Amino acid sequence: MRSAFNEELLKIARKDDRIHMVLADIGYGEIEPFAEEFPDRFYNCGVAEQNMTGVACGLAMEGKVCVTYSIANFPTLRCLEQIRNDVCYHNQNVKIVIIGGGLAYGSLGVSHHSTEDIAIMRALPDCIVCCPADIQEARAATHAMIAHEGPFYYRCGYKQEPDLHQGKIDFQIGKAIQVCDGSDVTVIGTGTITYRAWQAAEILADEGIEARVISMHTVKPIDREAIIAAARETGGIVTVEEHNICGGLGGAVAEVVAEAGLGIRFKMIALPDTYVHIVGTHEWLLDYYGFSPQAIAATVRELLA
Amino acid sequence: MAARAIDDDTGVSEQIMDDEKLQALGELATKIRAHCLRMTHRGRSGHLGSMLSMADMMAVLYSGILKVDPANPDWYERDRFILSKGHAGAAVYAVLAEKGFIPGEWLETYYLDDGKLCGHISHHVPGVEFSTGSLGHGLPVAVGMALAAKHDGKGHRIFCMMSDGDCNEGSTWEAIMMGAQHKLDNLVGIVDYNRVQALGKMQDVIEMEPFAPKLELFGWTVRTIDGHDFQQIETALSEVPFEKGKPSWIIARTTKCRGVSWLEDTVRSHYGCVNDEELCQALNELGVCDE
Repeated sequence: MRSAFNEELLKIARKDDRIHMVLADIGYGEIEPFAEEFPDRFYNCGVAEQNMTGVACGLAMEGKVCVTYSIANFPTLRCLEQIRNDVCYHNQNVKIVIIGGGLAYGSLGVSHHSTEDIAIMRALPDCIVCCPADIQEARAATHAMIAHEGPFYYRCGYKQEPDLHQGKIDFQIGKAIQVCDGSDVTVIGTGTITYRAWQAAEILADEGIEARVISMHTVKPIDREAIIAAARETGGIVTVEEHNICGGLGGAVAEVVAEAGLGIRFKMIALPDTYVHIVGTHEWLLDYYGFSPQAIAATVRELLA
Repeated sequence: MAARAIDDDTGVSEQIMDDEKLQALGELATKIRAHCLRMTHRGRSGHLGSMLSMADMMAVLYSGILKVDPANPDWYERDRFILSKGHAGAAVYAVLAEKGFIPGEWLETYYLDDGKLCGHISHHVPGVEFSTGSLGHGLPVAVGMALAAKHDGKGHRIFCMMSDGDCNEGSTWEAIMMGAQHKLDNLVGIVDYNRVQALGKMQDVIEMEPFAPKLELFGWTVRTIDGHDFQQIETALSEVPFEKGKPSWIIARTTKCRGVSWLEDTVRSHYGCVNDEELCQALNELGVCDE
């Protein structure tokens, strides 16, 4: 997915000379084509994320569209105050891109797990929070991000994620994409974990349980309509996110459901409120924490029982 | 009063300012100080000392140094001025009011309910480039603006005024390194070097000395001036960039709360404001009669 992102960005940058990349010495093997083609629109700030974000804001204030880019929490939490006070408060055209949301950098450890970012970034006024589920979404989200005026948080996958969508998609910020329909239950995912949610729905389908699967690629602004429709038309909602259980997708969906006064069966599948110090690869850790398709299917079954 | 010549060791070339200009600068600086006293008194708000230490530099900056237009504050070719020490924003509001960027009445609403001006500088005020308030934010943004000007081949300059506390922040030093790396000679850092911080004197917090050599080693060209001497301020600001291909840094030696004798150089003046009696006394010292 990160390669798809970089390819799309480069394509857009060829047509849009406002685009500048502002980095903090991360991106080896991915960002070189941009750096070589547009050396005067490429800045490596060194390992200095606060400055990276401030510099990007300063450039954006002069009319540039700036992409800050790094892995996991580095371009978000390390420089959160610059994102809040400089970028978001001034409503500047800075696009904050992380590679490796959630537990993507599994064995590297807690410092490289981005597991609170959705909650934190969605609390910032004027910041779009977007977590593409597959490569097709990632490409479309790159275009949507650049076309959008203002701060944008883009949570990118790390490797060759499987395709969630079979056909072409209509990607719009704030508009969820229905992967498949069903009336027994709705499973809402965000980001690359949505593929496992869909796999769980396939398992359930074999048992006669029809699940609606929704890719909620934009967590902010969230698609209230899709959530309310799911609450009214199906037998319950299960959210799936590779994120701490506090304040992420599940929280955002629950806010909509509760405010709409819809008492429904509801379950959040997320990481427990802890630091993942257990050592393991991405896939292994996901299985460990209950994100295997079988485990997701079991949780759904339990909710409906 | 004639401006005195500049010390040899400041590196600032000798240039005598005419009496008329000196008088005008003195009057403007006094007005800024009086506004700050009244605003903080009315708002029962802090940071008076930080405002008064930079008042003389504000007077010079907005009297011909900064290319800005009160009638068109967003004019593209303007020089950008970023106040990184946002807690002293009232000093900027005061000069903006005096120069016609904002109505003078706005100053009377500073810090008050439904007021026009908040305690830390806000870009929602015409003439204010950037909002700050947490230290260490100004210089990175100034670097970004300077990079943009270079990229676009534009001639405007970016001035960033910082406090001692700003220089404690790692982000400021990140920006210092990047400014030198990119040879940003359209960038000017100014430190209001009053050496009094929130909890104590600089020597008891984080000593910056030897300050100028540090900055020089980081690739900037540095001048140290008396931040209350109009001639020195004007000369230094008129001669930027000090060296082609390098960003310029001005260490302006100042006195915290300059102009209010009993609060000068005190930690109390960082957070404190004056009471009713002190306000009269302070305005008297400034030679301003309060109605």
